[in-house]
Amino acid sequence: MEQVSLGTMFWMTVAAFLTFCIFSFLYRDNPFYRFAEHLVVGISAGYWIAILYHTSLTDLWIDPLVASVTAFGTAEGSVAGKTGMLIVNITPGAIGVLMFSRFFKKTSWISRWPIAYYLGVSAGVALPLYLQGFVIRQVAANMMDPRSIFGMIFAGGGAADFFQGIGEIIIIIGSICGLAYFYFSAEHKGVFGGAAKLGIWILMIGFGATFGYTVMARISLLIGRLNYLIEWVRALNGFFGS
Amino acid sequence: MPNDIWNTLMNLDRRWVYLVIGLVTFLPILVTVDTPVQITSEVKSVFDRVESLPEGTVIMVPMEYSPDTMAELQPMARAVLRHCFSKGLKVISTALQIQGVLLIEQDLRTVANEFDKVYGEDYVFLGYKPYPDIVILNMGENFRLPFPNDYYDNDLDDLPMMAGVSNYSSVACIVNINATSGVDSWINYANGRYKADLALGVTAVIATDYYAFLQSGQIFGLMGGLKGAAEYERLIGRKGVANKAMTSVSVAHVFIILFIIIGNVAFFASGRGKRA
Repeated sequence: MEQVSLGTMFWMTVAAFLTFCIFSFLYRDNPFYRFAEHLVVGISAGYWIAILYHTSLTDLWIDPLVASVTAFGTAEGSVAGKTGMLIVNITPGAIGVLMFSRFFKKTSWISRWPIAYYLGVSAGVALPLYLQGFVIRQVAANMMDPRSIFGMIFAGGGAADFFQGIGEIIIIIGSICGLAYFYFSAEHKGVFGGAAKLGIWILMIGFGATFGYTVMARISLLIGRLNYLIEWVRALNGFFGS
Repeated sequence: MPNDIWNTLMNLDRRWVYLVIGLVTFLPILVTVDTPVQITSEVKSVFDRVESLPEGTVIMVPMEYSPDTMAELQPMARAVLRHCFSKGLKVISTALQIQGVLLIEQDLRTVANEFDKVYGEDYVFLGYKPYPDIVILNMGENFRLPFPNDYYDNDLDDLPMMAGVSNYSSVACIVNINATSGVDSWINYANGRYKADLALGVTAVIATDYYAFLQSGQIFGLMGGLKGAAEYERLIGRKGVANKAMTSVSVAHVFIILFIIIGNVAFFASGRGKRA
């Protein structure tokens, strides 16, 4: 590893120290862990505020507002157009300012307006597309032509086709049974009860797969930190060894 | 007497488990073992799609991960970028996750430098803008709506690579490397609204949620966690961090499975199963 500068070495050591602070929680809760935890929360909050100030408040509101005000001092464009732009640029800020009415008991009800506006716009933008992407397309994906499925299984197209056909059947049965488990308007008895029971097994298999992936994710994060600590030790060796 | 062993196991201090998992994860890192990695069709289809693109094609690789998920997604992102740059593709990237902007900019620059790629001609980094849903929707109309300037404050129209590149229809496909729930927005808006060809590289925790979209054809490929990254590294013929980690992952998994089996046997053998 190439030799690192004093500044880089210092910050690498800070990062390694904080990693050990977090790992120390595995033994028991302690002041080092709490220090690192609070540091993360504090730095994250500060970072978010700084970034949001520049990318949201300044870029999306203050700068356009200033531009629309200064436009009145230029000869370009009509007064009506400039006034329109001014109103357009004042409105989001004015709606946002209403949120601060929550700080006063008497006026706190006004904060519902921006919330209602935000929810209305978000729902209007998201709902049709969510319905399309997460419901209709998913339901459509389960409406498979039985002839093509049986063709895959029995046409002798090879192992890949055979297992894909079996997989399609499992998806259809699994989806129906999974939905049956969440249908509570009929008692889970008889054939329907059997389907619901199979549904819960399908769900359990799904949870098992998710658990397996989650274990891999957590181990991956541990590996990431361990790799960093190894890199830090090598950097230390390089720094003091030279 | 055997009952005492099971009871001891049931009352075992969990810190012993942490210690064992720590050791079995750490020790394999120190040895070089080439653990076999099976290539799955969902990762292969991402590779095949990128591989099929002719030189000079514009591809979009939005990356949304931060230091807490970089262990999984950084190797994946670097592998995808290496593949794109080695093929001579032109890359547009964004970072719509606020805490990962600097990290992603560094990754993009590092990999681009490996291939002597020139900023503005071979790749463009648009950076971060708040409200990812709105940004993804706006990029579907024109990249210049949410990003009149790139991350380095250059006017997009001044960048040679962006000439004639207006929106998702100008890019061959999108390979979104994402650790957040923002994946849904890419599926809904980029693919759903603007019909962009989309593939995902996600953390292992959320990978299972997106197999349904693979089956429905809404995404053409899926890479899950470090294993997905290891597969992609193998496909491009450059084994890196992810492949080195696979031995640790495998050994740790074996031990976790053993712990689960021992825990269950001990639970029933100690008589707690009956009481439950």
